[in-house]
Amino acid sequence: MDTLQTLILGFIGIVVVNNLVFTKFLGICPYLGVSGRIDMAFGMGCAVTFVVTLAGTLTWIIDHLFLMPYGLEVMRYLCFILVIAGAVQLVEMYVRKFFPALYESFGVFLPLITTNCAILGLCLFLNLWGIDSLLEAVVLSVGAGIGFTMAICVMAGIRENLELADVPECLQGAPITLITAGLLTLAFMGFAGMIG
Amino acid sequence: MSKEVSLGKTFTAGLWDNNPVLRLLLGMCPTLAVTAAVKPALTMGISVIFVLLFSNIVVSSIRHLLKPHVRILMFTLTIATAVTIADLYLKAFMPEMSASLGPFIPLIIVNCIIIGRAEACASKNGLMVSITDALGMGVGFTLTLCVLAAIREVLATGMIFEKAIPAFTDFYVPWAAMGMPVGAFITLGLMLGAVNMISKKTT
Repeated sequence: MDTLQTLILGFIGIVVVNNLVFTKFLGICPYLGVSGRIDMAFGMGCAVTFVVTLAGTLTWIIDHLFLMPYGLEVMRYLCFILVIAGAVQLVEMYVRKFFPALYESFGVFLPLITTNCAILGLCLFLNLWGIDSLLEAVVLSVGAGIGFTMAICVMAGIRENLELADVPECLQGAPITLITAGLLTLAFMGFAGMIG
Repeated sequence: MSKEVSLGKTFTAGLWDNNPVLRLLLGMCPTLAVTAAVKPALTMGISVIFVLLFSNIVVSSIRHLLKPHVRILMFTLTIATAVTIADLYLKAFMPEMSASLGPFIPLIIVNCIIIGRAEACASKNGLMVSITDALGMGVGFTLTLCVLAAIREVLATGMIFEKAIPAFTDFYVPWAAMGMPVGAFITLGLMLGAVNMISKKTT
């Protein structure tokens, strides 16, 4: 049962304790850009979850099957970014075909998932943490996506209410969002050290 | 941008009017992540200048050959190559710094500033303009990073460049939260607010 325990702890760890947005500053651009409304934030979160699962799994396989045995680590970044770009293209075509309304409202942010640091960041972390089982890599990828979705939805909920607040003029828009993000991070720091 | 745009103006635009972090809100992730102290911030800034220069030069030189639908892919591959060079250099000559920056050097690949400049400037302009633009943007980014890092390092540890400040460090009580993610978000938020206020007054 050790494997199962590792998987569950790893999953909770990456969703809550080591949340990519709050502790590693990954995926800040969409986090600030698309968090205006909850439904859009949730859609974005789902898209990112899908891409990150696909990309995390694929890059892990490529890394362990092709790059490491043949000593091609130099090519790692090039390969990773190509896989991610391909996965995003797939999601974009799928959303445009089946959810045209959602596609319209995403605008430029959908292709920008390619440059979402959370995705490349997770692929690199899988390598950095020395994850050596495929199952664990998949679980961590899904967890990272869910963690991102949670973070962006919480943020969107707060920002919808913030619309009604009387914010000083010079802080409107991005500055107040960043300060709110800071306070949210402070709250999530309470989980630090819960899972080693 | 027309051909007559002066090089000096292109350079200074990156420093203030179009400052990538403070005005365009690009490249937020590294900005927040590496600014716990001045040294990593400076290393990060210089790496970004190098990558920006490399990608702008390459993209500008091949801009007539690029087909619209493959251009983003070409940009990304160029950037990934430059980042690999920078990463290997840091690993070889500054192993400690490379270890402490961790994945944030490879993450320059997905830094929006670089792909943004390749798209907005280098793919439309000649070599000289692109180089100047890369330097201006890069220096603007580095300066912002250093200012943010200096504020955070002084408040978090009472030291700067890991050295004690005479007559200040002795009685200063370190404010640990500034060295953590919280400090990054709130300091940058307040900096953006201050920039908004200043730019409103001058216009």
